[in-house]
Amino acid sequence: MDDFAIDENTDITDVVCPMTFVKAKVALEELEDGQVLSIRLNDGEPVQNVPRSIKDEGHRILKLADNEDGTYNLIVKKVKTK
Amino acid sequence: MAVDYKTLKNGGFMRQVQKNNFSLRLKVVGGNLTASQLLAIADISKKYGDGHIHLTSRQGVEIPFIKLADVEQVKAELEAGGVNTGVCGPRVRTVTACQGNAICPSGCIDTYPLAVEISERYFGKELPHKFKFGITGCANNCLKAEENDLGVKGGYTIELVKENCTLCGVCVKACREGAIAKIDNGIVLDKSKCNNCGRCVKSCPFDAWKGEPGYILSFGGLFGNQIARGEQFLPIIRDKETLFRVADAALAFFDKHAKPSERFRIAIDRTGWDAFKTEMEVAYHG
Repeated sequence: MDDFAIDENTDITDVVCPMTFVKAKVALEELEDGQVLSIRLNDGEPVQNVPRSIKDEGHRILKLADNEDGTYNLIVKKVKTK
Repeated sequence: MAVDYKTLKNGGFMRQVQKNNFSLRLKVVGGNLTASQLLAIADISKKYGDGHIHLTSRQGVEIPFIKLADVEQVKAELEAGGVNTGVCGPRVRTVTACQGNAICPSGCIDTYPLAVEISERYFGKELPHKFKFGITGCANNCLKAEENDLGVKGGYTIELVKENCTLCGVCVKACREGAIAKIDNGIVLDKSKCNNCGRCVKSCPFDAWKGEPGYILSFGGLFGNQIARGEQFLPIIRDKETLFRVADAALAFFDKHAKPSERFRIAIDRTGWDAFKTEMEVAYHG
């Protein structure tokens, strides 16, 4: 049912704040405008804060999927910042 | 000529252990100083003090080791540098503030202009005892609102805009109070759990949470010889007019009911919280 295709994946479950956001940001920078990134992140602080930081950067969040293993996949569409 | 220590103290000159030396307290609002003011302060410390400056626990700045004989000259030079002296004693003290939403992504209100307004209205006002205002921008409470005689905390009153919601679930995770849940095909809010932190509004990718900023007041905080947490009992206040009406009423209550050298909290405890709350509620409703 999802109306998007994932172009790239990144896993930030191996780092802690503030590297979670940095790693996600770097992964997004490598994408073209309009491409979609799936970010695997941990429950707790990462899932509380990373979506908001990515929103504040101007990218578009499409979905947050619960993997039901203590991790989530955050699906983000890159919006090129001027 | 006898030294009038009381007048000196009112003007921010704090007597030191070392005879005829004073730690000069400066006026700072909301923890902000300009770079030029800092340079003026540095000059005076080097010229009249011992070259060091003390940052106080309430965002104040003091220049220690000012000599009694230099007091007038130091005051004049400070004024020329755009710096005023602070106060001590039984009156409204430094109004403290965090950086608020003008700087901090977590902030729900613009704290500095509010600190300036409160300071302009009340700073130095004589009362039975000291009176401290503190303004914090959000529920993170970096400025510790409830330590103050009157604490102001920024918060959002939230409302779901259903047509924008995609059920992504970000807000359910962003909320630390467990106030938001996803059930079947909807998002539900338990208002009794909401602490007005605004994390849902700030994190929602689709602007499906609308947040109205407001002020949550706490009364009678103490964090010195006695420790007490300021009490919240009024609904969140939406406008400055109401905020000032309540603050005026709180100071009037303190002035009327407190004995000399009795802190706000102790005066409320003695007079009775019911009577105090009633007066604040009357002011709140205008």
